Amino acid sequence: MDYFEVFISILGSAIRLSIPLLFTALAGLFSERAGIFDIGLEGKMLVSAFASACVAYYTGNAWAGLGAGIVTAILFSMLHGFASITNRGNQIVSGVALNFIAAGLTIVLGQAWFSQGGRTGQVPASGRFSSITLPGADMMREVPIIGPLYANVISGHNILTYIAFLMVPLSWWILYRTRFGLRLRAVGENPGAVDTAGISVSWLRYRALIVTGFLAGFAGTYLAIAQSAAFINNMSAGKGYIALAALIFAKWKPVPVMFACLLFGFLDAFANFMQGKSLPLIGEVPVQIFQALPYILTCVLLAGFIGIARPPKAGGVPYTKER
Amino acid sequence: MSTASVPLPGWINYGVIPLINLALAFFFSGIVVWAIGENPFEALQLLLVGALGRGEGIGFTLFYTTSFIFTGLSVAVAIHSGLFNIGSEGQAYLGGLGAALVALSLDAYVPWYVTMPFAVIGAALFGAACAAIPAWLQAKRGSHVVITTIMFNFIVSSLMNYVLVHMLIVPGKMAPESRTFLPGGQLPKLDWLIAMFGGKLGAAPLNFSFLIALIMCFLVWVLIWRTKLGYEMRTLGISPSAASYAGIGYSKIVMITMLISGGLAGMMALNPVMGASARLQIEFVGGAGFVGIAVSLMGRNHPAGIVLSALLFGILYQGGAELSFDMPAITRDMIVVIQGMVILFAGALEYMLRPAIVRAYQQFARSPAGGR
Repeated sequence: MDYFEVFISILGSAIRLSIPLLFTALAGLFSERAGIFDIGLEGKMLVSAFASACVAYYTGNAWAGLGAGIVTAILFSMLHGFASITNRGNQIVSGVALNFIAAGLTIVLGQAWFSQGGRTGQVPASGRFSSITLPGADMMREVPIIGPLYANVISGHNILTYIAFLMVPLSWWILYRTRFGLRLRAVGENPGAVDTAGISVSWLRYRALIVTGFLAGFAGTYLAIAQSAAFINNMSAGKGYIALAALIFAKWKPVPVMFACLLFGFLDAFANFMQGKSLPLIGEVPVQIFQALPYILTCVLLAGFIGIARPPKAGGVPYTKER
Repeated sequence: MSTASVPLPGWINYGVIPLINLALAFFFSGIVVWAIGENPFEALQLLLVGALGRGEGIGFTLFYTTSFIFTGLSVAVAIHSGLFNIGSEGQAYLGGLGAALVALSLDAYVPWYVTMPFAVIGAALFGAACAAIPAWLQAKRGSHVVITTIMFNFIVSSLMNYVLVHMLIVPGKMAPESRTFLPGGQLPKLDWLIAMFGGKLGAAPLNFSFLIALIMCFLVWVLIWRTKLGYEMRTLGISPSAASYAGIGYSKIVMITMLISGGLAGMMALNPVMGASARLQIEFVGGAGFVGIAVSLMGRNHPAGIVLSALLFGILYQGGAELSFDMPAITRDMIVVIQGMVILFAGALEYMLRPAIVRAYQQFARSPAGGR
């Protein structure tokens, strides 16, 4: 196999692996820009994966699965909001609580309903998002360089992949070109000013969390019924945290978020490819290095060695009106 | 009228409110049990009998309690300085390497009581080392310790994976774990403790690290409430600006706090690694670091409270395991749900009922019966 083909196949799998990160990181973008630290992304993704797998299994309809995933993730987001906005509880503690509840509840309910050790039943083909071949992909395949790139990297993904990339400019547009986005960014920097302007801080933050749940719902659905065909125990497997790392790595900006997710997805794909292989000159590189690299890179960034990552100023602080 | 600033007597703050929150957590967990078609009261009974019914059950319960005391103390020490150490999991994992290296190098030559102090130091040093970089990043570069400790959980996980698979693995074996320690590298079981109450420890792995955990509780109490350093830590936790005016060095306190916190988390490894399995196994921490968050919150960050809430979680862990035998519809993961509920109600929603309780208390205090 020549190097170009290998490269193409790694790129294709990098895109597949980066999609759940991209949805989740964009989800975190909205809540964190509104001043709510979101450790609970992992849990939101996990419950939506479970809900979408269950509904897709029973209805055989992928879109119904997506709807269920989104609704469940939004409900979880609202619980986060109820604890951290209405009751001014600690945002991190409530996020940790969500992750625990999601990890436990999905297995307990899955076992009770499907009796397969926490797995859901196999979702029928009609209940899954299958890959789409873009027009002309087969004709283009023969064209050198551009052909394989188009056919294997750009074409051949499922619809959610394309939605994920559409969400990037959409998120940018919402955050930077709408009144809602302006207020959302303001509430993450200086909620007092937003309050003084006569805008409800709580309602704004709740709306940000609804968007977060909406996007996290896509992420979970992608895991359960696009990438695989059932819910599997703890299938988010820390992706929520990698997405959080990507969000920080991208300094809380939508377009850099996409590149950070693609980079982390590429590292993941490369690690899978490198398993048991050795590089010229260096020899066999342990896979663990690639697994740890996203986190190491994020720490290096946070240390201020690659520019400065400045989080939203009011992040992590519950807003108290009386003060 | 705002109720946030109304002072409540200690027995309400530290007794009534946590108990009500706990009751709510159990109520909602009970609803989950009921929803999957089992009787929640029967489940609770099975859980309690499984955890406290026999000497062996109690032994397992206290074994889990030991781990949770260490991680709970680790989280609590950080909270007193206003830091949220979410990385106890990774620090305990790396602490396991410290303890294992000591045990592997000394077990053939000396008895356990010589190995033990070195193992305690080794575990604490490795745990502290894991907390050092996040601490430095918080103290000097202003990056949030929550984020960096999460990152370190994953970095340590990869590192330990590498160490176990490539370095400590026994040649020819498939399982990624170190060789079994000789008796010189094992902590003795505490069968006499259970025997004192007329029970039998059986196969339960309750071991000497339980006593180390209790000593650490006392030392943490002394540190936080009886030393200058503890006073400075609490000042920083309550008001960083006041601490700065008082001339308390921010960086220094953050570094010291996180090193102590990481060290306590690291010591948790003594319990499973040297006390129970007598070898370093992959993922041996098994979420105890995260349980520490719940334990610390429930225990109001006080060592006495931490012992009690660690015991509660020990009961949940052991009882949950027994429960899943007796009620196959309920998996072991039910305890993860209960933990989540406890973190939610005792931690995130701790102020939810406060206004109502303040009103009830004021009503009570004003009425003639209340002595006014």
